Amino acid sequence: MSTVTSRLVEPAVGHPKDYRSTTVSDSHQDVFDNIKGTVGDVTVDNPKMRLSNVDVFYGEKQAIYDVSLDIANNEVIAMIGPSGCGKSTFLRCLNRMNDTIPTCRVTGQMSLDGEDLYGPDLDPVLLRARVGMVFQKPNPFAKSIYDNVAYGPRIHGLAGNRAELDEIVIESLQKAGLYDEVKDRFDAPGTSLSGGQQQRLCIARTIAVSPEVILMDEPCSALDPIATARIEELIDELRQNYAIAIVTHSMQQAARVSQRTAYFHLGKLVEVGETNHIFTNPSHELTENYITGRFG
Amino acid sequence: MTEPTSGESNVNESNSSQPDPSSGGDNAVSSTSVTQRRDTTELVKATLARRYAAEKRFRWYGIIAIGASLAFLLVLLTSIFIKGWPAFTHSYVKLNVSLDADSLDVAENPTDKQIRAANFSGVIKKSLRERFPDVKKRKAKKELYQLISGSGEYLLSDKVRANPELIGQTIDVWFPADDELASLLKSGDDLSDPDSIVTRMSHQQIGFAKALLDAGETQTRFNKTFFTSGNSAEPEQAGIKAALVGSALTLLVTFLLSFPIAVAAAIYLEEFAPQNRWTDLVEVNINNLAAVPSIVFGLLGLAVFINYFQLPRSAPIVGGIVLSLMTLPTIIIASRAALKSVPPSIREAGRGLGASDQQVVWHHVLPLAMPGIMTGTIIGLAQALGETAPLLMIGMVAFIVDIPQGFTDAATVLPVQVFLWADMPERAFVEKTSAAIIVLLGFLILMNAIAVLLRKKFERRW
Repeated sequence: MSTVTSRLVEPAVGHPKDYRSTTVSDSHQDVFDNIKGTVGDVTVDNPKMRLSNVDVFYGEKQAIYDVSLDIANNEVIAMIGPSGCGKSTFLRCLNRMNDTIPTCRVTGQMSLDGEDLYGPDLDPVLLRARVGMVFQKPNPFAKSIYDNVAYGPRIHGLAGNRAELDEIVIESLQKAGLYDEVKDRFDAPGTSLSGGQQQRLCIARTIAVSPEVILMDEPCSALDPIATARIEELIDELRQNYAIAIVTHSMQQAARVSQRTAYFHLGKLVEVGETNHIFTNPSHELTENYITGRFG
Repeated sequence: MTEPTSGESNVNESNSSQPDPSSGGDNAVSSTSVTQRRDTTELVKATLARRYAAEKRFRWYGIIAIGASLAFLLVLLTSIFIKGWPAFTHSYVKLNVSLDADSLDVAENPTDKQIRAANFSGVIKKSLRERFPDVKKRKAKKELYQLISGSGEYLLSDKVRANPELIGQTIDVWFPADDELASLLKSGDDLSDPDSIVTRMSHQQIGFAKALLDAGETQTRFNKTFFTSGNSAEPEQAGIKAALVGSALTLLVTFLLSFPIAVAAAIYLEEFAPQNRWTDLVEVNINNLAAVPSIVFGLLGLAVFINYFQLPRSAPIVGGIVLSLMTLPTIIIASRAALKSVPPSIREAGRGLGASDQQVVWHHVLPLAMPGIMTGTIIGLAQALGETAPLLMIGMVAFIVDIPQGFTDAATVLPVQVFLWADMPERAFVEKTSAAIIVLLGFLILMNAIAVLLRKKFERRW
């Protein structure tokens, strides 16, 4: 097992057959072949989003193999797994961010509230207004703090007048726990904030559009422990109103903030279950190895 | 030295003392590693001096290179300024003219039209004769008359038309000197030794000049004519304004055409176009276009815009179109580089909020790329400003006296004016040529200053 490193040799996923030649990839291949379906129940009652049999290809290379997963309301689902296991790619399917990569092809059934993500009623622009995203690196716009938060409501026409817009901005900043720190300098550039503040600004920017689902792609990986703790608190509060899917490398973080956890490996969804269950009594050998730190 | 009790302490001991051959195997291993370490230190030390010397040498190459280019620049600018400076001043001669109706050949209370037809030239000649009463011979008189610029009579005419009451009075008027006299006066040469002076003036004329100078009846002041009139065969009446306006009009056309087209092309290619063989072909051809000699664009302009589309010759509109073709690839390439340098995370952030692709470009990418696009545009326009060859092909090499009033009037541009004046034989045109180059450089510096200001205004951090 120790020959399998977290750093996946890329073509092992894309061209399984080509990988018969070397011993290292043989063991990769064995691991890959041994993941047969997902352990645990991938479905929930009344899912906010339902994804079934999703395959993602980058050109010829397949990155996600037949993954099915439900995202529930008022719940944080954590996606964990070694680097390159496809968890970020899967997350980006949820708001069709993969569409912006020219070579990327996504197949499978995906729905939000029963509406097909690729259906005629759900334009990507509308979808992304309903499914917001927070990225790994804080990426505020080169605009003032106020304009950063007001941008989403402005382009979607969510505020009728300036007073309404002010209200949305202040409320979003309060929800993101940033209001007290920036209330005196709305006109300062968003980039003048510290890393943790910038990330909370990005969260405020996302919730200003009042999405139904928030996707977070390793939102704390660039932050120090104190800023991380603040964001985790925030995620817990946001759970009351939103469905949240978070990709994280920190298993402690997954254990702290999530109710359900999904473990990805080599582009396959290995195991899904209650976070408590996954971290105390994983069913699959790979999940156990990852959680106990034998690799990853 | 105590006997080592464990491998751990043994290693520590041997680090601080001479390696002891009688010690155990552990000791031997550790002493090897110490030797290795010392070797590395010595090897690095041995190369250090050489490395620092190389670094120092390289720094000197850089300093010498910069020094050399600065020296060349200094030589160029100094020679241009020394040659061109006199053109910004002109000498004037004070004459006492009596504007009696008889000499002017006009009736009492003349109309404007009559004044315009009056014999001002005769009046000036008369006052010159009165100033130098000893001159009797015809040849000498002719030489005397040559001292005052032909524009003198127009100056006097304008003065009298503006104020007809002057008729009948005797007034002092400063007339612009002829170019040869002006050159002589401005040169500061010693007029008492005519043989040592290089000039086309005769000894007698130099004598007149000396008399005027000694009497304090000459003056050198700022040459307004140079900035207010068009070209002329008479150097003292030739000005830069026609070329300056021509350059400005041409550049305006170039900017209005090339900036939007180039930026639109760059945005499409960088942000929207699919990556396929077709866009690769477009890209290669844009790069090729940047390398096409500019005279080819001139031929194209002549064949297509003038012959086929029947646009006027020598006009800023055609010059502007031709220069836009030349400037386009420069701006496109610079704009694409600027767009490419905007971090993709900004685009993702915009899209993640539900902004459409176009909103992402207009709201986030373009503002961040603007400083780079602006720099590219200014470089392109600066190239266009200094371009001569393609404009020769479309007839902008004409002798332009009138200031162009619009995009279709015959015009010339600053570099072509430099080219034209450099061909003229009169001594005064040498200084005019350099002065035109100074004006061209000034125009360029002004453009760059505007670019810097705009950049400062648009520059944002991310």
